[in-house]
Amino acid sequence: MINRSAIGAKGAPFDLWVERGKVMEFARAVRAEHPDHSTGLAPIAPPTFLTTQLFWEKLVEGGNPWALAGMSEERGMHAEQEYVFHGPPPRAGDRLIGQSTITEIWDKPSKNGVVLTFVKMVTTFHDADGRLVAEAILTGVERNPAPTEPAP
Amino acid sequence: MSRRLYTGEEPAALTLGPLTRTDFVRYQGASGDMNPIHHDEPFAKASGYPAPLAVGMFSAGALCAWATDWLGPQGVRRTRIRWLKPCFPGMTLTLSGRVTAVRATETRDEVDLALVATDEAGAPVVQVWMEFHLSTDAP
Repeated sequence: MINRSAIGAKGAPFDLWVERGKVMEFARAVRAEHPDHSTGLAPIAPPTFLTTQLFWEKLVEGGNPWALAGMSEERGMHAEQEYVFHGPPPRAGDRLIGQSTITEIWDKPSKNGVVLTFVKMVTTFHDADGRLVAEAILTGVERNPAPTEPAP
Repeated sequence: MSRRLYTGEEPAALTLGPLTRTDFVRYQGASGDMNPIHHDEPFAKASGYPAPLAVGMFSAGALCAWATDWLGPQGVRRTRIRWLKPCFPGMTLTLSGRVTAVRATETRDEVDLALVATDEAGAPVVQVWMEFHLSTDAP
């Protein structure tokens, strides 16, 4: 069951260094073949590259507040993901400072009495000068049977 | 990109697949998402799946790559992804998309794209909406 008191929970800030080899490796993994991902010393990160926050946020105690929402691993799914760049995309050599906040939790009735519970987490990325350069918005969904429905 | 885009423009679709376990493992190593459901066969089966689940961010990333191979990655400003259906090894996806809006400003075109990956039956498995800012200054 989702813990609604997690709304507003904020993680500790973490560094995300955009590194040339990682940009090239990530681009290859998603079959991105544009030369801007592999040319020069500062290749451009692919649109979904900031998902590598998964690595960086683990290096900091309390870097990822997502677990506080208590979403079930069996019934939870990645529903939506969004990346906003407030200027050109990140590129190798950039140092970003990420910080995640659980911003919303809401229910939506579905078929057969199933209730879908959504959890949204926003990660902001600032540069060293404190300028907001990117945001990552993660929406997870958990399926919960209606209380009257017998367990499968 | 020197040529201006127009609403409704729809370049040729691209085939992705058949999806392999190697695709998922390569993506997981690159992204840092090591969820075993995407590569550990006994774990995936114990979770009720016939085979390891495709990584949703892999197919979504490949769909975005279809767009950035075309328009370049420099202009990307917004990417929104929604998953509709799980995928498994052996499936072949078709990646396609079209221009849904072009807003001209003094220095650039702001271009919206709607992208979709469909399975062999034509059912959408992942949708992506992207916004690009493409400079219209002198070449």
